[in-house]
Amino acid sequence: MSVNTNSKKTGSARELELYFGPQHLGMVGNFSITLKVEGDRILEAQANPGYLHRGFEKLMEYRTWIQNFPMVCRINMVEPDSMEMIYAMAVEKLAKIEVPERAHYIRSVQLELSRITSHLFGLWAYANMLGFDTVAQWAMYHRDLILDLFEELTGGRVYHIYIWPGGVRRDFPPGFKDKIVNTLHSIGGCVPDYDATFFNNRLFYERAKGIGQLTQQQAKEWGATGQTLRATGMKFDIRKVEPYAAYDKVKWDVPVRKDGDAYSRVWVIRDEMIESVHMIFKLLDAMPEGPVYNRIPNPFKWKIPKGQAYVRCESSRGELGLYMVSNGEDKPYRVHFRTPSYPNGLIILEKILKNASIADVGNIMISLYTVAPEIDR
Amino acid sequence: MSKKTTDKKGGILSPFKAVNYLFKKPRTLRYPFEPKEPALRYRGFHLNDWEKCTGCGNCADICPNEAIEMVEIPELKSKPAEGMKNERPKLDYGRCCFCGLCVDICPPASLRLSRDYFHIHFDTNTFTFFPKDEKTDKEHFLDSEQYSILKASMSHRKKDYEGFTSDLEYSLFEPQRVPMPEVPPEERKLSFIEQVIGYNKEEAKREASRCLECKLCENACPAHLKISDYIKAIYEDKPDESLRKIFEDNPIPSICGRVCMKYCETACSLSIRGEAVAVRWLKRFVADSIKDYKTALELKPAEASGKKVAVVGAGPGGLSIAYFLTLKGHKVVVFDSLPGGGGMMRIGPPLYRLPLEMIDKDVNYAASLGVEFRFNTTIGKDILFEDILKEYDAVYLGIGTTVSRSTKIKNADRAHLALPFLQANKIAEPVKVGKEVIVIGGGNVAMDVAREALRLQHIQYPGQKVVTKTVSLENWDELPATEDEIEDAKAEGIQFNPGWGPKEVKVEDGKIKGLLCKKVKSVFDEQGRFSPTFYEEKQMCLDGDMIIEAIGQAPDFSFIPKELFEKLEFTPRRKVKVDENGMTTISKVFAGGDIVNLNLDAVTAIADAKMAAEGIHKMFC
Repeated sequence: MSVNTNSKKTGSARELELYFGPQHLGMVGNFSITLKVEGDRILEAQANPGYLHRGFEKLMEYRTWIQNFPMVCRINMVEPDSMEMIYAMAVEKLAKIEVPERAHYIRSVQLELSRITSHLFGLWAYANMLGFDTVAQWAMYHRDLILDLFEELTGGRVYHIYIWPGGVRRDFPPGFKDKIVNTLHSIGGCVPDYDATFFNNRLFYERAKGIGQLTQQQAKEWGATGQTLRATGMKFDIRKVEPYAAYDKVKWDVPVRKDGDAYSRVWVIRDEMIESVHMIFKLLDAMPEGPVYNRIPNPFKWKIPKGQAYVRCESSRGELGLYMVSNGEDKPYRVHFRTPSYPNGLIILEKILKNASIADVGNIMISLYTVAPEIDR
Repeated sequence: MSKKTTDKKGGILSPFKAVNYLFKKPRTLRYPFEPKEPALRYRGFHLNDWEKCTGCGNCADICPNEAIEMVEIPELKSKPAEGMKNERPKLDYGRCCFCGLCVDICPPASLRLSRDYFHIHFDTNTFTFFPKDEKTDKEHFLDSEQYSILKASMSHRKKDYEGFTSDLEYSLFEPQRVPMPEVPPEERKLSFIEQVIGYNKEEAKREASRCLECKLCENACPAHLKISDYIKAIYEDKPDESLRKIFEDNPIPSICGRVCMKYCETACSLSIRGEAVAVRWLKRFVADSIKDYKTALELKPAEASGKKVAVVGAGPGGLSIAYFLTLKGHKVVVFDSLPGGGGMMRIGPPLYRLPLEMIDKDVNYAASLGVEFRFNTTIGKDILFEDILKEYDAVYLGIGTTVSRSTKIKNADRAHLALPFLQANKIAEPVKVGKEVIVIGGGNVAMDVAREALRLQHIQYPGQKVVTKTVSLENWDELPATEDEIEDAKAEGIQFNPGWGPKEVKVEDGKIKGLLCKKVKSVFDEQGRFSPTFYEEKQMCLDGDMIIEAIGQAPDFSFIPKELFEKLEFTPRRKVKVDENGMTTISKVFAGGDIVNLNLDAVTAIADAKMAAEGIHKMFC
């Protein structure tokens, strides 16, 4: 944390301007916040994105439809699958490609596994930040077990490059269903441990309760989605509102909390993970046999008819949208992502940091599940 | 969550619960002493089977990061006819993102990803390399005993360590061809109706969309047609553009679109694991879908040069050279003894394969450009070759092989010969056939003859039992006819007797009774030359009342005066010798087609004609 002693900007010697990040413990990545503080109290916070700008949206205009497929996942390394999913959904919508039934189920399973890894990653960050190192290590270890599953299914641990227009890239390998079930059982078996050491821990309660609180009204106004919104008591989930893949094929519930603070947000992701595990079991049971891929046209001659599409899905952090325009060419004319970290990291964060304590900056930020590369795309 | 649970304080002993964990096994791996085996589909370093790789470059084209470059390998041989280029992909691991699109597009499945993922080196140049596999690089691929993870690098890799591989079901190309609608065998054998119906616009577009544009076909085509360009134009719904591309190298698309030997399809990279793009049928689609070539092509001959060229023979070669030279502004006169253009195309391919009006479409277009045709004119009889030689600035011999060979076995004079049989059926009165026809030969002409005979039988003896059979020296696996022809003939009910040689035509009371055959020992000698040997004692008699010989053709040079003919040199394989301009050893006389090349087909004749046209033009300038 560097101290800016330039008092001209701050106006009073009692006020300081502090740079929080981009290299700072508790920072979510290549991202920074400029804080105006008085004592321990934050008067004003300004989020500074741009440290990770790679120009994905522009790059996509220069790559063919198939060449964009291995790239979109890189916009968010924490949960690449939802990126692949919306790209596939947008292309399928524009090019009117049908997806086989089984592929829908596989996509859902893949996306839910991905949601669990993403939440475990978030739990790692949050627990680590609060000093719960053991819990953080557990979360990382359990995430790794699911990465092993990804590796077996897709050939990659982090970037799966798996959900592509027309379906998925390969079917389940033999015995894969059982492996998913066994892995999830072994992770699920540790939920009491997690609860005892973290979720029901007094220290976590004291540290997170009432921190970074926002009302449902505020959440809606500021564009919050995902667990930030659900933690304020609103049952809103794209998987329910506008079902895609196979989410309307099985019964599941949307976990919510009422208080809208960091404590509620973390509890929502805990409940979501458990709900996801149950959903995966149901999806695996209901999964039909059959093909998993409808061949896309020859990639060297593939042109998508003129048109535009907006598609959205529920990523592990909220509503992920993709607006894509095709000019009838072999490349997209314009691509724009609506990422949940954008309002979370730029708008909500700035607002709820006001009057917070410096010690809670990381706490609030991580509880919002901001992923910096999602903001800078 | 309830207030209760969070407020619950553990007992004084609860910290000691942690002791439990002392007795649990560690979760982490002690890498590298405990290796972690990558998954079977792991996307690691590339492997490439250099023997299977065709050098098509599709991997380089699809790579989103331009990490793959196709590099010519001088030690490797290019084999255009087999669709093999001597280029191999070179990977740059500074750019590769291991997405595996290159694997999914690879038509021969030679490119794969392995489960290796370690490379540590001081030299950044080692990060670009030619992927190989254990088959072609024995030195760097080691058995698991010799392999150590501590030494792992691009030059220290594990054998049989394949990861993400190609799967036809998930490939990025379509291995299946759009089926060509055909008249079913039962129906088509009763008349001379054209067997192939042809693609409609939708089907043609769909078939054209399969082409990967790797251009292996263009190298394989003797005339080097711009195949991927004209197929792309079909896909883009621009048939005029497509026809223009075809006419750059081939002025007889309506003919070639039906009877071409399609070297392109043999070389097509899709044919390795699937079906080749139907290049021939697509050419036919373009030719058929355009009613009037002239308005579509908008070609105009160059300014008249004042030079005159005589072309002997209005076959594919003759038509082509006439077209190419006319465009260059030379006056071309084509002589042919037949009443129409097309040469062998006019008399050879049966009506169910190549209807006459399709030939005339191509011939008429050449005529419309200003080519003068003198049909029903036999050189040496109606006009002397010497006179032509005097009158014209250059002469092109595209005379083809017009004399059917005979087996010269006992009573062979009672048998029919293939060419007169085919010619009569196509452009004159159909021959009266027997009820049990035997065709001697196993090539494409023999298939034409047999299938024509069968149709004539059905027409001349409706409802009666008729049989057509073929006898050939070659066995099933070495039959010279194309697979399509054999399959079609079989479907129509032609009987095959491969591996038998004719010995004698059996004649009783002045009537043909059958063909006495002897078993073939071998067809070719050790050098691969045609020299059949027989088991004289193993004999068989095929019953039949009509025999047609279709064992090959020879050229007829009788129109060339003796003193000139003596100047004409031949190659050791009895072909007319020509130089790189297509000129024979007689000055001003050029030649091409079946009398020059060994392929004996239309598209090679076009290629020869193109070369000679350049040669003649060069001579004039």
